[in-house]
Amino acid sequence: MLRAAAAAENLAIAVLGQAGAVLPAFGADGQLSGQEVFSQQLVTGLSNGMIIALIAIGYTMVYGIIELINFAHGDLCMLGAFLALTIVGALGMAEWSGVGGVGGVVLLLFSAAVFCGGLNWSIDRLAYRPLRKASKLSLLVSAIGASFILVNLGLFWGGLPMDVFAGGGSSAAPKDFPALVSNRDVLTLGDVRWTLNDLLVLAVTVPLMVALTVLVKFTKLGKAMRAVAQNPTAAQLMGIDVDRVIGSTFFIGGALGGFATVVYSLYNNTISFQMGYRMGMDAFIAAVLGGIGNLPGAVLGGLLIGVVRSMSDQYVEARWTNAVVFGILILILVFRPSGLLGAKLREKV
Amino acid sequence: MSAAAPLLKVEGLKCAYGQAEILHGVDLQVRQGEIVSLIGANGAGKSTTLMCLSRVNRVRGGRVTFDGHDITGMRPEQVVRLGLVQVPEGRRIFPRLTVRENLEMGAFIRRDRDGIEADLRRAYDLFPILRDRSAQQGGTLSGGEQQMLAIARALMSRPKMLMMDEPSMGIAPILVAKIFETVRDVLRAQGMTILLVEQNANAALRMSDRGYVLETGNIVLTGTGQELLGDPRVRAAYLGE
Repeated sequence: MLRAAAAAENLAIAVLGQAGAVLPAFGADGQLSGQEVFSQQLVTGLSNGMIIALIAIGYTMVYGIIELINFAHGDLCMLGAFLALTIVGALGMAEWSGVGGVGGVVLLLFSAAVFCGGLNWSIDRLAYRPLRKASKLSLLVSAIGASFILVNLGLFWGGLPMDVFAGGGSSAAPKDFPALVSNRDVLTLGDVRWTLNDLLVLAVTVPLMVALTVLVKFTKLGKAMRAVAQNPTAAQLMGIDVDRVIGSTFFIGGALGGFATVVYSLYNNTISFQMGYRMGMDAFIAAVLGGIGNLPGAVLGGLLIGVVRSMSDQYVEARWTNAVVFGILILILVFRPSGLLGAKLREKV
Repeated sequence: MSAAAPLLKVEGLKCAYGQAEILHGVDLQVRQGEIVSLIGANGAGKSTTLMCLSRVNRVRGGRVTFDGHDITGMRPEQVVRLGLVQVPEGRRIFPRLTVRENLEMGAFIRRDRDGIEADLRRAYDLFPILRDRSAQQGGTLSGGEQQMLAIARALMSRPKMLMMDEPSMGIAPILVAKIFETVRDVLRAQGMTILLVEQNANAALRMSDRGYVLETGNIVLTGTGQELLGDPRVRAAYLGE
């Protein structure tokens, strides 16, 4: 229950962070029309939605292949953000600009991707693979255990004596993530203004989603991943090393989470050891909403959750946003458990 | 191709499914180019035998040698790479991969693109209906078509020996005849070695060089196909006479 309370605190922080990003819209003495506010919220919602979608893909890929809700996935992303902030601090990246700044962001993206991918692969190897023949419940409990370990690693990490962690005095406090990418508007389309950050989100997430689609649809590994998901025994009989394919799936899902968490940190400018819970929950709900196990479903679900969040922040009230999102989860589970794009759920024997 | 040493040699194979021991010490041999049937009632352990030989199920005891290699402790993909490939029973195709993708998965262990393309054409020539359905999802095929796909898919790996599990199960009789005909004529002409597991003892023994009768985890009878077809015990128990 300590965890729940802590999570609520973090949610408040994260929501405030988000509202902060929107504030400039109201700054200009109410010059924005209702239409403009709506459009602006839509952009914020879609940007956050793309990030949620990228994390949701990690949930849905793993579920698709071993029918596990990998509860450690959100916390894995959190550690990716801590790694990124550590690199920012160690290299003094906040001072970088121009080409160097761009290079820095690329470095952060790929470091976090490799780190999260490798860590996710290791978690599968150590915590899930030994339980491959055990019941799904054992696997789920193992995932929750992995999640707790990662959260505590994050708590420890945040206490390291570095300037970016405020000297390590208060390891649990949220950390500022420097705005390496400017929040100034760079593009105005109609009445919608796009910041460089909004464009960064698109520039990272869209190519990754295209690349993943190509990988899953056309490459040998992608076909093997689908074959293992559909019938692991038959896949073994074709000479497919099932454990290796599952390991690759964990690596790819984790790497996407690593990209997502860097973009999230640059977009929202605050990270905390509890952020994995919130990102994870949003992404998990997105995956369920779209139809767990279904890749386009995860993207659709992510966009919907992102937009619902920002609209609820604007038109309901930020403190009700979580209730709205969780309400959606309950409605899906009751009325359409297979999700928007999911196939009918079948029990595997 | 030495006539002396069998291609597949199974000695005292014990195998469990979950906690229950299903096979209590099975001995059988298959020589190069032979078609050998393993017949028996439902639950005798026929499919378990194949899953054990494919190393998907755990082996509890005994020894399996294939093509000079001891495969008792190997992993499933290593067995496939040695050329011992199973055509699993019923619907074990990939339902949401296309027919073509199913066939490509059959060639998973291979890297020779041109050879794979040539074998794809050969598979389509063997079962022309698969060519018409190549872009369709496997799950949309009829039972008989799925069985053809499963056989063609196994051939895509260029196996030395096929193990077929109940190819007649749940299929219209006219297709059963067609499938058995293909197995007999085409595969035998290629010199393919086959271990055939069947409940339809009559059809299986007719096309086999030799056969084994499996009863509750033990081999109780063996002989040539003709001998077994004429054996009064087989006739009584499996041919419904």
